Amino acid sequence: MTSKERQMKGKKGQITGKEWPLYEVFIRSKNGLAHKHVGSVHATDSTTALEAARDVYTRRQEGISLWVVPSREITASDPEDEGMLFEPAKDKIYRHPTFYKIPKDVEYM
Amino acid sequence: MTKSGKPKSTTAMTESITGKDSPEAKAFQKKIDADITIEPKDWMPEAYRHTLIRQMSQHAHSEIVGMLPEGNWIGRAPSLRRKMILLAKVQDEAGHGLYLYSATETLGISRDQMIEQLHSGSAKYSSIFNYPTLTWADMGAIGWLVDGAAIMNQVPLCRTSFGPYARAMVRICKEESFHQRQGYEIMIAMAHGSPAQKVMAQSAIDRWWWPSLMMFGPPDADSPHSAQSLKWKIKRTSNDTLRQKFIDVTVPQAEFLGLEVPDPDLKWNKKRDHYDFGEIDWDEFYQVISGNGPCNKERLDARIKAWEDGKWVRDAALAYEQKKQAAAA
Repeated sequence: MTSKERQMKGKKGQITGKEWPLYEVFIRSKNGLAHKHVGSVHATDSTTALEAARDVYTRRQEGISLWVVPSREITASDPEDEGMLFEPAKDKIYRHPTFYKIPKDVEYM
Repeated sequence: MTKSGKPKSTTAMTESITGKDSPEAKAFQKKIDADITIEPKDWMPEAYRHTLIRQMSQHAHSEIVGMLPEGNWIGRAPSLRRKMILLAKVQDEAGHGLYLYSATETLGISRDQMIEQLHSGSAKYSSIFNYPTLTWADMGAIGWLVDGAAIMNQVPLCRTSFGPYARAMVRICKEESFHQRQGYEIMIAMAHGSPAQKVMAQSAIDRWWWPSLMMFGPPDADSPHSAQSLKWKIKRTSNDTLRQKFIDVTVPQAEFLGLEVPDPDLKWNKKRDHYDFGEIDWDEFYQVISGNGPCNKERLDARIKAWEDGKWVRDAALAYEQKKQAAAA
């Protein structure tokens, strides 16, 4: 079994061994902004994970909304694949507005 | 909102109208007035939810259907450079449609429901995409005028009151600027090209000018949802204001190209500090919206065909996943 397959396996909240499952924590600092990853907590279920996240990450009013997601539910890209995944966008400079020469006299573009 | 997150239909609309003075409704409007963004789990009037679903899904559909008139020219682009650019632009439109569908799903409607509404005709898309793209110059005019009008419409939406919509619009506006500039670059090349190219460029502006002005929607006085949408800050600027702004910035751009704007009544008004312009043929607008434009049938048929032809792929992917799960169990 590859590490990827291991990550995918197992159900939400499933406890293997004695260690509590890991949950990733996301905070919305204020309405209008997206939730942002801040770290993780260990907990036996999503309710206690939310409580733990609240205690660990929001003691100074860091946010107004929390998300917790079982870490094993996250499928991450492999760092080794970075080139394959992201390099093809590198030479597509025509996707940027600065690629196009618009005469100085033309305004609002 | 029901427990399953699905929006209720007309009964909920009536409830929210009669419940305008409920404590929740008052608190909601207070938040809007204080420029506090509304997020998916926040309380909202059902009519607000419905208005957003209508507007956002219509916006998403417009991005998706909007790929068709330009897709028409990818295989016939005049150079590899132009072909790569047009391909990238059409890719962007697909991406914009997907950003908007996903933002709309936060309101409790499913992706399949939205697609069904598009295909059955109960959801609309921007009427501009029901016009044909006859020559390469149309790629220039679409980028310059249609995307220019879209940007004018979309920039204020980056501050719309619903968080997921506003965040999607920020991404879209960032990407949209290249679309307009590549279009204007095509227009420069054609307007300064051979006499035949110049004729093509003029014909493109002749055909796309008025439909572009219609993109801002009916005049404020005849726009049924405008007042409430402005009060809820879903809309931030009125149709007529945006249309005027578009005309004011675009006319000098046409002059720079040496092309004629097809409006004999167009004249700079010193007193108003704006261009005066001729009457828009709203009858044409309503005809096109209600299905009688030159390409309505072709566009919808193309979308429905793409959806039906892709069915075996969707089914196969699901069947494969089910097989894997069965094997793991």
